[in-house]
Amino acid sequence: MSHEEHKCEVCACEAAEREKYEQIAQVIESYKGKKGSLIMVLHAAQKIYGYLPLPLQEFIADHMRIPLSEVFGVVSFYSFFSTTPRGEHTIRVCMGTACYVRGADKLVDALEEKLDVKVGGVTADQKFTLEVARCIGACGLAPAVMVDDHVHKTLSPAALDDMLGQY
Amino acid sequence: MSCIITGIKELDQIKARYQQEMGGYDHQILLCAGAGCVSCDCYKVRDAVEEKLRDAGLEEKVRMLETGCIGTCALGPVLLLLPERIFYVKVTPENVGEILQSHLVEGAVLEKYTYRDTDGTYIPKIDQIPFFKEQYRIALRNCGVIEYASLESYIANGGYYAACKALTSMTDKEVVEEVKASGLRGRGGGGFPTGIKWEAGWKAPKGQKYFVCNADEGDPGAFMDRSVIEGDPHSLIEGMILGGYAIGATEGYIYIRAEYPIAIERLEEAIRQAKEHGLLGKGIFGSSFDFDLEIRIGAGAFVCGEETALIASIEGQRGEPRQKPPFPFERGLFDAPTIINNVETIANVPAIIGEGAAKFASVGTEKAKGTKVFALAGDIVNSGIIEVAIGTPMRKIIYDIGGGMIGGKAFKSVQVGGPSGGCITADSLDVPMDYDTLTALGAMMGSGGVIAMDENTCMVDTARFFMDFIQDESCGKCVACRVGTKRMLEYLERFTRGEGKESDIEELLALGEVIKDTAMCGLGQTAPNPILSTIRYFREEYEAHIREQRCPAGVCKELTVFAIDAEKCVGCTLCKKSCSVGAIFGERKVPHTIDPALCIGCGACRNTCKFGAIHPVRKERKEEGGLI
Repeated sequence: MSHEEHKCEVCACEAAEREKYEQIAQVIESYKGKKGSLIMVLHAAQKIYGYLPLPLQEFIADHMRIPLSEVFGVVSFYSFFSTTPRGEHTIRVCMGTACYVRGADKLVDALEEKLDVKVGGVTADQKFTLEVARCIGACGLAPAVMVDDHVHKTLSPAALDDMLGQY
Repeated sequence: MSCIITGIKELDQIKARYQQEMGGYDHQILLCAGAGCVSCDCYKVRDAVEEKLRDAGLEEKVRMLETGCIGTCALGPVLLLLPERIFYVKVTPENVGEILQSHLVEGAVLEKYTYRDTDGTYIPKIDQIPFFKEQYRIALRNCGVIEYASLESYIANGGYYAACKALTSMTDKEVVEEVKASGLRGRGGGGFPTGIKWEAGWKAPKGQKYFVCNADEGDPGAFMDRSVIEGDPHSLIEGMILGGYAIGATEGYIYIRAEYPIAIERLEEAIRQAKEHGLLGKGIFGSSFDFDLEIRIGAGAFVCGEETALIASIEGQRGEPRQKPPFPFERGLFDAPTIINNVETIANVPAIIGEGAAKFASVGTEKAKGTKVFALAGDIVNSGIIEVAIGTPMRKIIYDIGGGMIGGKAFKSVQVGGPSGGCITADSLDVPMDYDTLTALGAMMGSGGVIAMDENTCMVDTARFFMDFIQDESCGKCVACRVGTKRMLEYLERFTRGEGKESDIEELLALGEVIKDTAMCGLGQTAPNPILSTIRYFREEYEAHIREQRCPAGVCKELTVFAIDAEKCVGCTLCKKSCSVGAIFGERKVPHTIDPALCIGCGACRNTCKFGAIHPVRKERKEEGGLI
């Protein structure tokens, strides 16, 4: 299957779509000859495309000459890979031990209420994906929330509006 | 400037040049740029420092250096001013100008922004602060000391001398023997002697071999590997060169978790620098040894910290463990002999080769040499990263270094070793901690995560938390772990809802033993530990949940409402304001009351009360005329 066949279904942004697939093809090319690079390719593809829908998985499987079942198996195994569209920003509430002991569950409850979304879901305005993380290694700053690559420390439910306001 | 470093001559030149450059400044300002301080906006402080130095015309006299984690994560952003070694904490972009004006221009230490001990006294000099005074640093020797982004800074502090020495004057076997003699044991969990592991790698048939670093630090509560990588990435690279040389591997992989973007970025840059200077690549230090490093990024699976699962993940597959034997040193990555060590273990190696095994072995206990890095977190004052000699009792770690419990609350327990570990109670605080004593207590050294818990922690809920974690992270390959952890979680969830049966504890113990014996990998085999350990030390708490449907710590919401002690309450109204359901009534300066019918047991009021007047009571159940 060639990348020309993949069209964005929602809007007429074929060119942008094609460009993303081309970028992903280049990434695959750059890993050519390196053993076991599927996960690195998937990381890059998700960064470029935003998520990993089935047609994209097919594209990657084709170009890397790996069975689609194997690609899907890897995508579904790891929690970082998503097969559904993600919000513009990803909020990961750390639920590691230190954060849990310091009340991270209350942050989850408050965020679910404020954003009107359940953990794992995307807000109606597509702005945020809400997730819980298994320890982001910021235990000294508990309870912590990671938004994209930025860690917000020692939060309380009252401080969440301020945090969300930054995005 | 780029040059190929081929021997000690270039190292000496770089060292001398860097030291001369630094010697030209009257002062140095070390700014902690560990991940903790970065999220405390330390870069804004950095910008403010630069601005101040510019405005005061001090740029020629004062140099700011960005270092890795200094250790005191709870106090960030922090600045250490040299040569006086004054430690300023919780610095803000607003007050940094005042600090520098006083310290640099007027020559007076501005005490009110320096470290303040729990008893209220200021301790400006870093070396006198108990948190630092009691530590012994080997793995963290450069963290918070050197510029993490500067190869020159690392070399000036003795970096790459060990690799140079090994590659130019030691045989591979001699390196293995030196590590063996040091008594270094794996710092990632198992505690297997590193030298013996390396010897197995060295003995493996010649040909393609791999040296792998496990930087998939997944234990909740552990962040020491992150600190090492962020603060001293070249130590890891140098350790890997030594490991590769010792076992005869020409390729190395660092498997790092995707949750650590800053660490990945700094490591990538350090590898680039090392390649540029010929410290990675062909013929390192003019020897015939070639070694190359590649980073592989995890994708959010805890089980990948298990070595065979990690291998599968580097190979681009689902991170499922494989049956051992064959062990990785026989057949590992891409079926080639592979040695896997964790970050902290590898970071110790340059110090061992550089300064000799004997010096390393002079620290620690008889069976466990050297030091261990612990990550302090939970209800403890000085959360952060510390390194102490192995054998240091927990009391010293929690109270002398850690500053005790937040708010002076009573100590209840400390969880050591993450989800594979167990808890230690007040009775064992004076036991010298090494691998064996911890195992005997039902905990384990693990990766060294130390979570302190105060009197308001429910141990049944804590066990439930760990089981929820493990159950979720089980890869599902073997029945014992996949089904067993789910069953254990169900028991614990019933307890926290007050639905436990009298026979449940015994059943849970039996199930735990079966899982320990039959699970395939380390994750499953250690999964029951938090339950077995909490039952061992806090059985009465389990019994209170089962027999009386009562949570003594007041954490399990379905069993708890809160009440106010009228004698202690001064009517400050703080609790009333904190209550989200309007269950608290009372006028100012008059003792308040809580309506148990409205209380949802969240505990927000208890957390705000400054007089200790609020305590949990058992919630009456529906069949008793109660509301649930």
